[in-house]
Amino acid sequence: MLSYITRRVLLAIPVLIGIVVVVFFLIRAIPGDPCTSLLGERATAAACARFNEANGLNEPIYIQLGIYMKNIVTFDLGESVRFSRPVNQLLIERLPLTTELALTALLLSVLVGVPLGIVAARRHNTLVDTGTMALANIGVSMPVFWLGLMLAYLFALILRDTPLVLPPSGRLSPGVFSTPYYTVWGWELSDGSAWAKFNEYAANHYIFNNFITFQWTVFWDAVKHMILPAVALATIPMSIIARITRSSLLEVMSKDYIRTARAKGATETSVVRSHGFRNALLPVVTIIGLQLGALLGGAVLTETVFNLAGVGRALYDAITGRDYAIVQGFTVIVASVYVLVNLLVDLSYAYLDPRIRLE
Amino acid sequence: MTDSDHHRDHLESRTVVVPRGKAIEMLQAQAADVTRLYARPMTQWRLALRRFRERKSGMIGLGIVVALILVAILAPVLAPYDPIQILIGKEDVSRYESPCIHALGCPEDRPQHIMGIDGNVRDQFSRVIYGSRVSLTLGFFTVTLALFVGAGIGAVAGFRGGWFDNIAMRVMDVILGFPSLLLAIAIVAVLGPGLRNALLAIAIVTMPGYARVMRAQVLAIKESDFVSASRALGASSRHILFRRVIPNALTPLVVLATLGVATAILEAAGLSFLGLGAQPPAAEWGSMLATERNQVFTAPHLVFYPGLAIMITVLGFNLMGDGLRDALDPTLNK
Repeated sequence: MLSYITRRVLLAIPVLIGIVVVVFFLIRAIPGDPCTSLLGERATAAACARFNEANGLNEPIYIQLGIYMKNIVTFDLGESVRFSRPVNQLLIERLPLTTELALTALLLSVLVGVPLGIVAARRHNTLVDTGTMALANIGVSMPVFWLGLMLAYLFALILRDTPLVLPPSGRLSPGVFSTPYYTVWGWELSDGSAWAKFNEYAANHYIFNNFITFQWTVFWDAVKHMILPAVALATIPMSIIARITRSSLLEVMSKDYIRTARAKGATETSVVRSHGFRNALLPVVTIIGLQLGALLGGAVLTETVFNLAGVGRALYDAITGRDYAIVQGFTVIVASVYVLVNLLVDLSYAYLDPRIRLE
Repeated sequence: MTDSDHHRDHLESRTVVVPRGKAIEMLQAQAADVTRLYARPMTQWRLALRRFRERKSGMIGLGIVVALILVAILAPVLAPYDPIQILIGKEDVSRYESPCIHALGCPEDRPQHIMGIDGNVRDQFSRVIYGSRVSLTLGFFTVTLALFVGAGIGAVAGFRGGWFDNIAMRVMDVILGFPSLLLAIAIVAVLGPGLRNALLAIAIVTMPGYARVMRAQVLAIKESDFVSASRALGASSRHILFRRVIPNALTPLVVLATLGVATAILEAAGLSFLGLGAQPPAAEWGSMLATERNQVFTAPHLVFYPGLAIMITVLGFNLMGDGLRDALDPTLNK
């Protein structure tokens, strides 16, 4: 197992380096130079020279790449020229929202998708099966942004006088504020220290923060704001997970050892639970990991539709606004998370199925 | 000798056996029966076609796709208005007007607009109909490009191995390392917004799928006996690759390509929604949605119909792709 882990980790490193290099060159290939896009069309040559000097943009390209690589390793992601603030700080403010959104959506898609798949497989070729699969097919074909807008229309307008009303945009209602747990608990944090930054980052997960500090009003407000975006984002992964669970379970249930289990007199529930489901889980785990990329991509659209200031939206704004530092920093973070999650999926796969690590 | 040649030979030997005499008519009828039986030999493709026809969902998908192609071709006939024509001064309508359908009780003296009027006072129904042209063309060309380049790289990588295989597949890994929509956004940012660049971007981000599948297929087929036989007969590498390996590796790619059309249309709509794909006034579903998205509470029909059109189109290709997969690989799903 250890040699398998080492091999997988070593294989992930070139991919990570590749991503970093690709991002570096993609950014520099974007038409228009950062000086005129930030200082304006009428920036003088002298002003541009100063700007380039200050931002290291007049070094040879390989030196720039070297500096950039060194900065990434030391987690110094530079300063956003548009916001005039460190990219790290922007990540602290915006990443938690996207994390919460993606995790809620992932949780939702697993909690609904897996049971739906099991039910469909157990009632194979019945109306339940056909109906579930028809829904799943519609689900995978759903444009996330359209579903989001339609959900907003339904829950914020049509149902506005019912208890089911849900807010169509933002993270918290106007006038509602999330008090960080370290303020609630009266912690003394020295400004600007890594520890303070870490706590600020953690506290920006509103649902988490208000759950551990028992601020239920704020907690429910945050949850309510999260429901519609998460449902919109979860639809496609949910449908895919339901389909994979179904087909995987169907395949496993036709195996000889299932017949053996039935023959020895095990109840159907126990056959499905301990012989069928466990073995059907492998492809499901893989697909859950692979969906994370779709979730991160979908977050751009969802955050746009629901006016959420997350990483996806910030990245989009930065790409169109040529904010090099943000694009570089955010893309590298997002892609690294993606690569790491896929690495974890591979490892869990090897853990679940011993045959793989021996290959 | 192909399968059908073989069957025809067999058939001729049968017809020769037919004896002359009184029973000739009867035997001729019998021969006709045999002809009917053997005229359509059960090749793999024919079997697959039969399996495809048996699956209801695949046929529904095919039906949707055929219907959409017809809509796209017949758009000038079906659409009551020009999709980019502004109706100010032509008719007594105002922007964001709700759908007016005569059959559903809209007064006869009002002009009929099945899906209402958009923010620029254009007939939404005509725009949705013309949108099918954009989406279908885009889906088709994106997949063709990704398929040819991706499968080409995969085939060569699998066939030659060595350094090309290593480098090409690592590049594919890097592309797969990005969430696809984010990479597509970045590529469009480099190339500039527009439908053609969106097409290119989506082709690039979907290419690794085709390359990987093709490579795996080629690796497996390369070792098979008929390839060794061909090599023993002195066939050139090129002949083996193009005549022996690639034709036998295509089946899963057909499925992947059909599903790929669905993905391409969905991602292109996403890019257009972000303003990076089709540009106004083009009648493209994603950008129609983007233009009117702030009107979702006041004029929901302007958001509803283009999205529904995207969903139905994507659904059609998904169902058809699933049907094809079941038909071409009977071991997959019983």
